Amino acid sequence: MAKPKLGLYWAASCGGCEIAVLDIHEKILDVAAAFDIVFWPVALDFKYSDVRAMEDKSIDLCLFNGSIRNSENAEIAHMMRAKSKVLVAFGSCALEGGIPGLANLTTKDAIWNYVYKESPSTVTKNGGTYPQTHSMMPEGSIDIPEMWETVKSLDQVVDVDYYVPGCPPQPEQIWGVIEYILSGKPLPAKGAVLGATDKTCCDECLRERKEKKLKKFFRPFEIQTDPNECLLDQGIVCMGPATRSGCGALCTKANVPCRGCYGPPPNVTDQGAKMVSALSSIIDAQDPQEIESILDQIVDPMGTFYRFSLAHSILRRVEKS
Amino acid sequence: MRQIKIDPITRLEGHGKIDIFLNDDGEVANTYFQIPELRGFEQFCVGRPVEELPRITTRICGVCPEAHHMASAKACDAVFHVDPPPTAKKLRQLLYNVFFAGDHTLHFYALGGPDFIVGPTAPAAERNILGVVKKVGLEVGGKVIEMRKRTQEVLKTLGGKQTHQVTSLPGGVSKGITSEEAKHIEEHCLWFVEFGKFTLQAFNDIVLKNQQYVDLILSDAFSHKTYYMGLVDEQNRVNFYDGKVRVVDPDGKEFVKYSPSEYLENIAEEVEPWTYLKFPFLKKVGWKGLVDGKDSGVYRATPLSRLNASDGMPTPLAQAEYEKMYSTLGGKPVHATLATHWARVIELLSAAEMALDLVRDPEITGTNIRTIPTEIPTEGVGIVEAPRGTLTHHYTTDAKGMVTKVNLIVGTTNNYAPISMSINKAARGLIKKGQEVTEGTLNMIEMAFRAYDPCFGCATHALPGRRPFILRIRDKDGEILKEINRC
Amino acid sequence: MAFEPKIIGFLCNWCSYTGADLAGVSRIKSAPNVRIIRTMCSGRVDPAFILKAFQLGADGVIVMGCHLGDCHYQEGNYKTIRRLPFLRRLVKGFGIDPRRLRLEWVSASEGDKFALLVNEMTEEIRSLGPLKLSVHHEIQQPVAHH
Repeated sequence: MAKPKLGLYWAASCGGCEIAVLDIHEKILDVAAAFDIVFWPVALDFKYSDVRAMEDKSIDLCLFNGSIRNSENAEIAHMMRAKSKVLVAFGSCALEGGIPGLANLTTKDAIWNYVYKESPSTVTKNGGTYPQTHSMMPEGSIDIPEMWETVKSLDQVVDVDYYVPGCPPQPEQIWGVIEYILSGKPLPAKGAVLGATDKTCCDECLRERKEKKLKKFFRPFEIQTDPNECLLDQGIVCMGPATRSGCGALCTKANVPCRGCYGPPPNVTDQGAKMVSALSSIIDAQDPQEIESILDQIVDPMGTFYRFSLAHSILRRVEKS
Repeated sequence: MRQIKIDPITRLEGHGKIDIFLNDDGEVANTYFQIPELRGFEQFCVGRPVEELPRITTRICGVCPEAHHMASAKACDAVFHVDPPPTAKKLRQLLYNVFFAGDHTLHFYALGGPDFIVGPTAPAAERNILGVVKKVGLEVGGKVIEMRKRTQEVLKTLGGKQTHQVTSLPGGVSKGITSEEAKHIEEHCLWFVEFGKFTLQAFNDIVLKNQQYVDLILSDAFSHKTYYMGLVDEQNRVNFYDGKVRVVDPDGKEFVKYSPSEYLENIAEEVEPWTYLKFPFLKKVGWKGLVDGKDSGVYRATPLSRLNASDGMPTPLAQAEYEKMYSTLGGKPVHATLATHWARVIELLSAAEMALDLVRDPEITGTNIRTIPTEIPTEGVGIVEAPRGTLTHHYTTDAKGMVTKVNLIVGTTNNYAPISMSINKAARGLIKKGQEVTEGTLNMIEMAFRAYDPCFGCATHALPGRRPFILRIRDKDGEILKEINRC
Repeated sequence: MAFEPKIIGFLCNWCSYTGADLAGVSRIKSAPNVRIIRTMCSGRVDPAFILKAFQLGADGVIVMGCHLGDCHYQEGNYKTIRRLPFLRRLVKGFGIDPRRLRLEWVSASEGDKFALLVNEMTEEIRSLGPLKLSVHHEIQQPVAHH
């Protein structure tokens, strides 16, 4: 009997999800034994034309990581959706835009202008040159994809079957998902989040938590912290309360605050809104002026609360002025 | 004119495509190596607290997050004018050398290596890590997997997470190690040194003993005479983590040696409209296009470049291998692009030796791991050697340490011009009039870039833009008949 | 057609909703632009509701609760008094004029205050103009183009 077919693809990605898959170590041999890997650009030499030639729905499982940043990312997303029975949004970028989604805090004009003109190391001739999607060279025409104005998650572009959160998803969780699929047990309902649990990161964190009444916040470099006490108790903004569990609270174990890479907890659509709620509950002030001066100490809420999830938040991007 | 496309390029980190134009005689008229992606880190890091950048910039690349983490950490130290305590620096260097050994392992066995181990024109389905395991056997394959397992375990202990480390802060690191952890890491480092020796032996047996491969390495099709760049310590020995940037000319003579804050006097980036990536070049020589030679500002920053730009390795076993390589290949500098694979495995061994020395240093278990910054933050540059080349992070902040400007010159970006040239030259060398262009031939052309171990996720940290529009066609009552959305 | 602001009003059951009721019963004229959603307490208003209101096309959002010290649940409005200014920073961060989000205390007997606020806010939003967000278009077309 033919082995089920597996494809892995990266859109606007950093490659960390691919490394996370390799970090299941010797179990990768079990994966290779159980599946026929038909597309995996980081490791295997199959090209787009090979996938285009496949029948629709002939790939049994596709793990798609990376956000949708340009026309090529979208084109391949559509192609993988057509060719795959089960399409998984794998990792934070595919799930919610990820860190590339922070580009939704700025505008393409601003970026374009900086990278190709203003950056201190860039040579600008004749007012500056910008990349073009089609270039007519002496030998023929060559093209590059068109960048989109807004970063999108995979499910904002195609229909997604399952989600595996994390930046990257932790290898033990990845193996758990693959093992489950190989077991032949019935898959959960479409749209389920796999490879994570259904509480918040605080649930996995071993630090001691007390009643919180905060009048001051600190940035992580400003103070030495106690390794056993909750970081939020010590005034360090930690995304734990607004982040899904499943990673093992690795960051707080390493004495730095959570930054939310496992995405929002179950039933939460907007990490920023949830974090505003959580921190507001523990700020110990009633006077409007005092409240504002405490809020001033929480620097960059947009870039911190939406570090990974901006593209998938309720408002998705900053409006141009 | 016939056009052959390789899309996407494979067995590397990142995205890229190659267009080869053949004239009517079937010879190469030209090749174009285009980078199709950009994300915008330099711009979207503006407005972020600078201390967050060591955790944000790791997402430029999930294969070499450690490189960005360290360059960023050093840039943050410079911004805050703060000096981490010795234990913190040693912990960072220990993490960094272990990472280097692991990353070079990944490249040699899974990315570039399969071309040699399985064969450059072997069927596509075999030319990968799985084919390597099949060819060299499960025991050897198991060793490679074990190497990664051990390095990742150390990286998790020192960095908090295996991928996307979190422990560096301005002024130091967030977590130290106990003497028990140090002992454990020492065991791993001993294993890494043995693995380094094993890999060099494997390279010798699989590549150097195969005359076909040696001819390929020394062939003109895979050779360029360029400038070479790498970080060196005070004795001009290779250093991955710290030092000054040294550049030697195509004859091997020192051209310039600069400290991080002087990088803008030496490096500039050229823009071409047919690709999203810019071409760095040596300012003092000037941009002459995609050409070799002393008059061209094109330079290479790769493992081979580092060895070319240095006077030696900082560790004894690697130094012996360094000498062997140069005596085998006819002296310094070596211009053969494929020899980069050799330099890479020498660096693998060196990194393992460095890590072993560092973990045995009594200060490694020290408890003073952070200096709290007290100065007003302003501006700073941090440079490390990424496995793929010299990595520069330059940050400017306001008085509160909120980022106002970021400039990055990333490992593989340094090599965009030489990679384009290598692909072009390889294509011309391999595609001959009257001969069929097979899939194997195309793979051999891809080998020209794989030697550089490119990381185009790294290279494509920047982002251009396009104007969106929505076109709505309405009937006479104002109802929308059709909408075309180009957002 | 002249722009008619769409304003969502989250009113707490015990004070502000009763105050609004009083305005109605007293036949105090006020603009019809505020659509009222009753919650048991202003502290029940999750910031996500407000962002959702903007996403779905609201030009403005007003949250009304009991005066401090009068909250039926003792502390609910103390959470609100921190949540709203904090959320306003995010709203501003998204590029939305912060005047489009208001927090006011209206007691059960303040029917006239309710009417005044409704009229005031309607005019302010009218002068600010309709709120156009890119997400408005995106959610109409949930599966994007090629």
